[in-house]
Amino acid sequence: MSATSARRLRFWFLAPARCWMAGLFAMPLVIVVAYSFLTRGAYGGLALPWTLENYGRLWDSLYLSILLRSLAMAGAATAICLVLAFPLALFISRAAKRKDLYLQLVMFPFWTSFLVRTYAWLFLLRDTGLVNTVLLALGIIREPLPLLYNNGAVLLGLVYGYLPFMVLPIYAALERLDGSLLEASADLGARPLATLARVVIPLSGPGIRAGSILVFIPCLGAYLTPDLLGGGRTVMIGNLIQNQFTTARDWPFGSALSLALMLAAMLLVLAFLRGARQEPL
Amino acid sequence: MAPILELRNLVKQYPAHKAVDGLSLSVLRGGFHALLGPSGCGKTTTLRLIAGFEQPDAGDVLLNGVNVNLHRPYQRNVSTVFQNYALFPHLTVQGNVEFGLRRRGIADAARRARAALDLVQLADKAARYPAQLSGGEKQRVALARSLVIEPDVLLLDEPLASLDPNLRKQMRAELKGLQRRVGITFLFVTHDQEEALSLSDRIAVMNEGRIEQAGSPEDLYLHPRTRFVAGFLGLVNWINGIGLRPEATRLVRGFPSEEMRSRPATVLESVFLGNCVHVRARLATGEETVSELPRNGADFRPGEAVHVCWSPPDEMTFP
Repeated sequence: MSATSARRLRFWFLAPARCWMAGLFAMPLVIVVAYSFLTRGAYGGLALPWTLENYGRLWDSLYLSILLRSLAMAGAATAICLVLAFPLALFISRAAKRKDLYLQLVMFPFWTSFLVRTYAWLFLLRDTGLVNTVLLALGIIREPLPLLYNNGAVLLGLVYGYLPFMVLPIYAALERLDGSLLEASADLGARPLATLARVVIPLSGPGIRAGSILVFIPCLGAYLTPDLLGGGRTVMIGNLIQNQFTTARDWPFGSALSLALMLAAMLLVLAFLRGARQEPL
Repeated sequence: MAPILELRNLVKQYPAHKAVDGLSLSVLRGGFHALLGPSGCGKTTTLRLIAGFEQPDAGDVLLNGVNVNLHRPYQRNVSTVFQNYALFPHLTVQGNVEFGLRRRGIADAARRARAALDLVQLADKAARYPAQLSGGEKQRVALARSLVIEPDVLLLDEPLASLDPNLRKQMRAELKGLQRRVGITFLFVTHDQEEALSLSDRIAVMNEGRIEQAGSPEDLYLHPRTRFVAGFLGLVNWINGIGLRPEATRLVRGFPSEEMRSRPATVLESVFLGNCVHVRARLATGEETVSELPRNGADFRPGEAVHVCWSPPDEMTFP
């Protein structure tokens, strides 16, 4: 194949992806950027003049605290997912048999909608839900525990929802790990915990990083989970943005918030990957 | 002197086959020892049983007179140079060599690691990562990493197999020199008889999970106890059940001298090998022999009538 025809083939193969990205990512982004510099109309529409005011409002302590809380929630959810996912991924990667079954089980929740699964937690956690009913019936508690509509419930929902996104990349990294490295480590005198800390965890770095990003970013922008399990009390930045486009009918401010969130996420991921690049491989 | 390593009736049974089947072996302190055998004879499994990566189904592994059957790999003072080297890719050369020292909490790990790298002439590559090294360099790092912890026995799994042929010859000499300098007992596994003969002070020939014969290279080559050992260590001409090495199988025109035994034969072909000539001949009984002859005085032509002859002390007989 000549160089020209190879280039032509390449062009046509990339064309669908290019159209997709241009029409469904770049264009909407441009629109959001434009909206963020407009003024809210009297009845909630968009109006001139162009302004920077929407960005000024971001520094309001109310909104800043929501952003910080979102970062804290997403960070906590990522950390908990990591702690839960690593042993699980290690177990699956070392399992002699039924490996496929375990992986299927990790992905099993995806068989039904995220919304339905989040509602299911409502039925488990509410005052008359399964957990409280059982505990009351057993006489362990007198009053129903406040399991729902708080930060804990939101965190639980986030961890539950995004755990598979942490398990799978870590599993993939562990699966690639050369078993002779583990033997070499033991051979050189490393006890199992030292092998874990000095060999297994450092070498699963790419999986840990990928999983962390896959969990952190969607958690940062989550709105369904805090909406349902937080009951309006735990407002995360996703809820705030949703509010601006619905109830508050302030599209320009919603756009500015969205862009601020995107920027924050991007900067964090870049910093994270930069830190990772110091390592070899 | 008590052996530094002793294997007593080791058995390792895998679901499909018995990899090690009642193997016993004593390794004396110091020197270069080889476990030589065809692939699938259980030699690598034996090495893994010594290192503790596998547990024997029966039998004992004694290290310095102590039964280490229940010791985990990190509790055994042996170290393995893996066939693929198994260097830690996330650590520098220095970090790799320090690894074992740090696990033992040795204070001057950095200095000792540098000394070990000096020993294998890699001091200038200490800051490199394994991915930046050539195959030969990786092997030397693996050696330094294992030697620096001063194991009772250094186990080497086909140490030269993954090097290219030129490098292999060079590494052979380096390995031998290294063993002499450090004085640590080396036990290496190989399927290459030439490698085993040239490197080892003692060789144990393995077959089907057992030691067929152990001894010095000369001993094994000249006085093999079984047909398997004779055949595995070099070419054998079989004449009426008696084995003869090609270099002991001479050819003469006319009649051989009194003290030689001989058979009439016909020359089949002559193959020039540079340093010597291999002449194939067929006896009247139909058996074929190969004679390794010096270049001068080997001008035998196909079809020529000769006598294959040998001196009786060169005969190898087996029960």
